[in-house]
Amino acid sequence: MTTAAWVTMLLTWIVIAFFAIRFFWMVYRNPGGGDGD
Amino acid sequence: MTSKQQWATRVGLVLAMAGNAVGLGNFLRFPAQAAQNGGGAFILPYLISFVLMGIPLLWVEWAIGRYGGQFGHHSAPGMLDRLGDGKWRLFKYIGVFGLFTNIAVASYYCYLESWTLAYVWHSITGTFREVAPADFYAAYVGQTADSVFAIPFEALGWFLVTIVLNVWILSRGLDRGIELAAKIGMPLLILCGIVLAIRGLTLGPGDPGVVESPLVGLNFTWNPKPEGLLNLTTWLAAAGQIFFTLSVGMGSIHCYAAYLKRNQDVALNSASAGWINEFVEVILGGSILIPIATAYLGLQVVQAATTGGSGFSLAFLTLPTLFNNWGWFAPIAGAMWFGLLFIAGITSSLAMGAPILAFLQDEMGVARQRGALLFGLTILLLGFFCVWLFPGGAFDEFDFWSGTFALVVFALAESIIFAWVFGMDRGWEEITRGADMKVPRIFRFVIQWVTPGFILVVFVGSLIQPTAIGWGEAFRSLFAGEGWPLAPTSVIGKVFHVGQATYDTRALVQDLSRLLLVLVFLACGLLVWKAWRDKRRAVR
Repeated sequence: MTTAAWVTMLLTWIVIAFFAIRFFWMVYRNPGGGDGD
Repeated sequence: MTSKQQWATRVGLVLAMAGNAVGLGNFLRFPAQAAQNGGGAFILPYLISFVLMGIPLLWVEWAIGRYGGQFGHHSAPGMLDRLGDGKWRLFKYIGVFGLFTNIAVASYYCYLESWTLAYVWHSITGTFREVAPADFYAAYVGQTADSVFAIPFEALGWFLVTIVLNVWILSRGLDRGIELAAKIGMPLLILCGIVLAIRGLTLGPGDPGVVESPLVGLNFTWNPKPEGLLNLTTWLAAAGQIFFTLSVGMGSIHCYAAYLKRNQDVALNSASAGWINEFVEVILGGSILIPIATAYLGLQVVQAATTGGSGFSLAFLTLPTLFNNWGWFAPIAGAMWFGLLFIAGITSSLAMGAPILAFLQDEMGVARQRGALLFGLTILLLGFFCVWLFPGGAFDEFDFWSGTFALVVFALAESIIFAWVFGMDRGWEEITRGADMKVPRIFRFVIQWVTPGFILVVFVGSLIQPTAIGWGEAFRSLFAGEGWPLAPTSVIGKVFHVGQATYDTRALVQDLSRLLLVLVFLACGLLVWKAWRDKRRAVR
């Protein structure tokens, strides 16, 4: 694999994994979040 | 689904929404699209499209859904009617797209889903050790029959099993049916994906049958070709992929969101579901099919197999044979791969059934179990057409008109209605009310201007898509007075059978399929008209 391919892939993976895990964790930690009523 | 139903848990809701988005395209379409459209350069337009079109559309659809749910509407016609405050009669008929698309897509999608179930069975029973998957596939779908009108009985049988399964889960309701399926299915899907990705990426020269490093395949997908960034085709392909992977423009997201309470969060939940879909698509979807196929077949074969921007033939015709190199693990790997595809498929097809059940129940007073049965019978009848005339191209027609074109039309209409008729003041309040994350204010501008503009470009691009010579050459040809080189795959090209020298059986099947789809749309419109007429009479 070329260095450019490694860098592109790993950067993309890190960004996506970060947001996917962060948002899901926020949902998981606050099961009744935004219930409001 | 009654309007009294609710999601049992927040995690269940997010997983069901993610399951709605995660489909076969995540594993079969994304890697091939990326590889064919600039490799690593594809990812930049892809992520920009996700942020400027995907995420805003998710917020818009979730907000429309939750808003409609407060008025007892869990399907698109009633929701769009409410967005126009009941003053715009036409809006509920635009909402017909939210019924039509789900019925039409489910009918062929369940057929595809049934293939994966059949392949799980045949992987476990060792069929692919004795029969080449390409031969098996041709016989299975009826391509080897003497006539395109011959009925493929095994395929029909698995199709029936799949429909029964969908109907059964749907009839159990929201929390005990759809939510439970997502809670079991999604973690299982991610687990299978991780196992297969690790096994595929760790293949080495010492493993039997391996001719190349799987990293060569990964390089094929990810090596950036900067010239792709300046190519409109790359941008349209990236925007198209984002569009179809998120299941926006269907009416299914609206339906799931309609079961939220008035102040329940939509901003974080939708962002979470969207990013989970990206995780499955980019990280898992990009690390299984192409690396494994490259390891065993070499890069040239994989390049040729993905030329059309789909990994379909690799997934169904090639991979089962390649798994045979994995010894005792082969049947398990086959079952995991096709099982993963089946879970991705069924969590999506359940989401297609939900708005239909909701419409029948809310607007026509049909009970849930009976609604599920009606949905099953409808897609059985329509799907039979796809099963029967698959070799004649009925499947592709259904896929193009309902699974591609109709989505763009509906998303364009809803984004304009939401931002410009319902209004951004109310719209922004709907998106941010109860939000568990801060939605950047720039998205108010994005939702009002950028997202509809983005979809409009995708829409026009699909209408007049040029041949393989590309957009630059097409414009040069136009300005040189040589006309526009319309691609046979463009909307206008398809309507006029561009590239088909004679009107043969295939063209006849295409036109019959289109006629059938028009009839389905009209039938849905008629139901909406009847429902509103009956309600008016009841009020009087």
